Amino acid sequence: MSDTMNKTPLVELRDISIAFGGIKAVDHASVDLFPGEVVALLGHNGAGKSTLIKILSGAYKRDAGKIFINGEEVHIENPRDAKKYGIETIYQTLAVADNVDAAANLYLGRELQTAWGTLDDIAMEAEARKVMGRLNPNFQRFKEPVSKLSGGQRQSVAIARAILFNARILIMDEPTAALGPQETEQVGDLIKQLKKEGIGIFLISHDIHDVFDLADRVSVMKNGQVVGHAKTSDVTKDEVLGMIIMGKCPLGAIPGPGALQTA
Amino acid sequence: MSQTLSKSETGAGRVENEGLFTKFLRATEVDVRLLGMIAALLAIWIGFHVYGELVIGRGSFLSARNLWNLSVQTASIGVMATGMVLVIVTRHIDLSVGSILGFSAMMMAIVQVWILPEYLGLGHPMIWIITVVCGLLIGAAIGAFHGYLIAYLGIPAFIVTLGGLLVWRGAAFLLARGETISPVDSTFALLGGGPYGSIGATGSWIVGVLVCLGIVAMLVVGRRQRNRYNFPLRPMWAEMFLGIVGCGVTIGFVMLVNSYPWPRGIVKQYVAANNIDTPVNELFISHGFAIPVLILFGVGILMTFLTSRTRFGRYVFAIGGNPEAAELAGINTRWVTVKIFALMGLLCGLSAVIASARLNSATNNLGTLDELYVIAAAVIGGTSFAGGVGTIYGAILGAIVMQSLQTGMVLIGFDAAIQQMVVGGVLVVAVWIDTMYRRSAK
Repeated sequence: MSDTMNKTPLVELRDISIAFGGIKAVDHASVDLFPGEVVALLGHNGAGKSTLIKILSGAYKRDAGKIFINGEEVHIENPRDAKKYGIETIYQTLAVADNVDAAANLYLGRELQTAWGTLDDIAMEAEARKVMGRLNPNFQRFKEPVSKLSGGQRQSVAIARAILFNARILIMDEPTAALGPQETEQVGDLIKQLKKEGIGIFLISHDIHDVFDLADRVSVMKNGQVVGHAKTSDVTKDEVLGMIIMGKCPLGAIPGPGALQTA
Repeated sequence: MSQTLSKSETGAGRVENEGLFTKFLRATEVDVRLLGMIAALLAIWIGFHVYGELVIGRGSFLSARNLWNLSVQTASIGVMATGMVLVIVTRHIDLSVGSILGFSAMMMAIVQVWILPEYLGLGHPMIWIITVVCGLLIGAAIGAFHGYLIAYLGIPAFIVTLGGLLVWRGAAFLLARGETISPVDSTFALLGGGPYGSIGATGSWIVGVLVCLGIVAMLVVGRRQRNRYNFPLRPMWAEMFLGIVGCGVTIGFVMLVNSYPWPRGIVKQYVAANNIDTPVNELFISHGFAIPVLILFGVGILMTFLTSRTRFGRYVFAIGGNPEAAELAGINTRWVTVKIFALMGLLCGLSAVIASARLNSATNNLGTLDELYVIAAAVIGGTSFAGGVGTIYGAILGAIVMQSLQTGMVLIGFDAAIQQMVVGGVLVVAVWIDTMYRRSAK
């Protein structure tokens, strides 16, 4: 993605801050994302990456900072606002309602209705069968509550929910944490496919190996601050590890406010 | 939607060596719990009847008269239990339903006895309509207020409704300074049942036939819908079985309520009032369905529709299953909570109509301890305190179970103290069984 820097970013988070009871979970962090790009947001547990991204998806309200989508400032106060701008999130905890079935989860909050204003369960199940067929052709358990499904199957439900509504911006928080190798590979293929369709994707992970090969760029966070941004083609895995662990910014990266100053 | 957590599954790749019973359950998609509840209910009924036969020498439980009365007595608790399902499904509790009922009933009594006759004249046909609307609105407003405190101010439902339990009972006392207000408007009183508040034999048959047609139509439409989208179908024999059982139970119920005649005294009064020549002894006037029972039917159907066919219902169950996921999916969970409690309050208002009409008066202690019966009914009916699980038909069955226990103990002469102890024990045992069932289902 050599020419991305000249275009307007799909999403830009500028100077975002949020504090919980005096602890600055995110401290003047700025990240951006271009169409068709995968940006990995890396950092230790507690580095603030999940918190930052929850501000974008509307789960938390920021204390300061601005959010731009296609260059225009937007106001995201809750998850409903975020969805309005085509921002879909797959949470680490999956965030599925365990007691209802796959179709109900896919359409949660955006149910299809009949002309009578009632739920159109049959149409929803038919759509669910289509989407799930694309993601996970072996999936057949449409009538069972999600609690009966395996980790991988639940994951495909969560992913299907995000792509079902033509997301423009997809946030994946530790997307492969609960998965086996084969399912992880499937998620990788899916990300490549979505990327081709021009969707911008934020991948959040504390494990660099999960995401390095999938990402075009990495943004590293430490103690709530951004250490730096880098194209994956310009840095090595070891250098990125140095950013994550010590906050040391290598030559190939653009340093942020959290970068180690002594170097 | 799978709100019943049905054990049956028509998907592929299941165990092959299953028993006949399992195969039957799977084909008919009938819930095991439902069967268990029906079995328990039958056991209670037969148990009380046989106990009566053997110990007192007169088994009266399974008489038309008792079962008819049972159906009327169930109505008030049953109506509220359908609302309590939604409350408990979303991991809340409402301890104030009995007090809301008492307060609404007192307000309605004041409106129809003290206020409206002044302006409209005694017995005006609009009195009962205005009164009922008032009662429903008052109930809904109190419920919405509780919901607001719970959802927006973050006070736990247990505390809000425990406070409400005391506040509204006290308020009901203050309204009429503890007086009993009686009698209520004569049309209003029909909503409580009794010989005149029943729809008679012909009316009951019409209702019964409509219900049967409804059952058949639902099965046919359901099958056609599934066929259209190439979803797995129930085997034909299972569809027939469900239809026959559904219609059979309906017709049986109609025959039961029609076999209970008006008492001699009422018939005499009626004959005198209508100048009928037939001697009183030869007249057999059936009660038929009592109006409160029809109200309970209606509420049951509406609430089932609400929970399974509308967005609101879907959100209620999603919030119960995973509140965080529901919020992240963009559901306005606070507003849904307010709506749930407002609905609960509305149903308390409706129960207040039934209870005060049946008593023909509003007393200060109307609805006392109802909250326990209502919660017990919902829990016995399979609503789980863990959230996310519960059915309307289960709660109504639960209400019938609670009322059967109560009535049965009265019939065989247990005193009030023992009745209370049994009800308390049953509640605890029901939750224990539910916990065990869920553990084994996992």
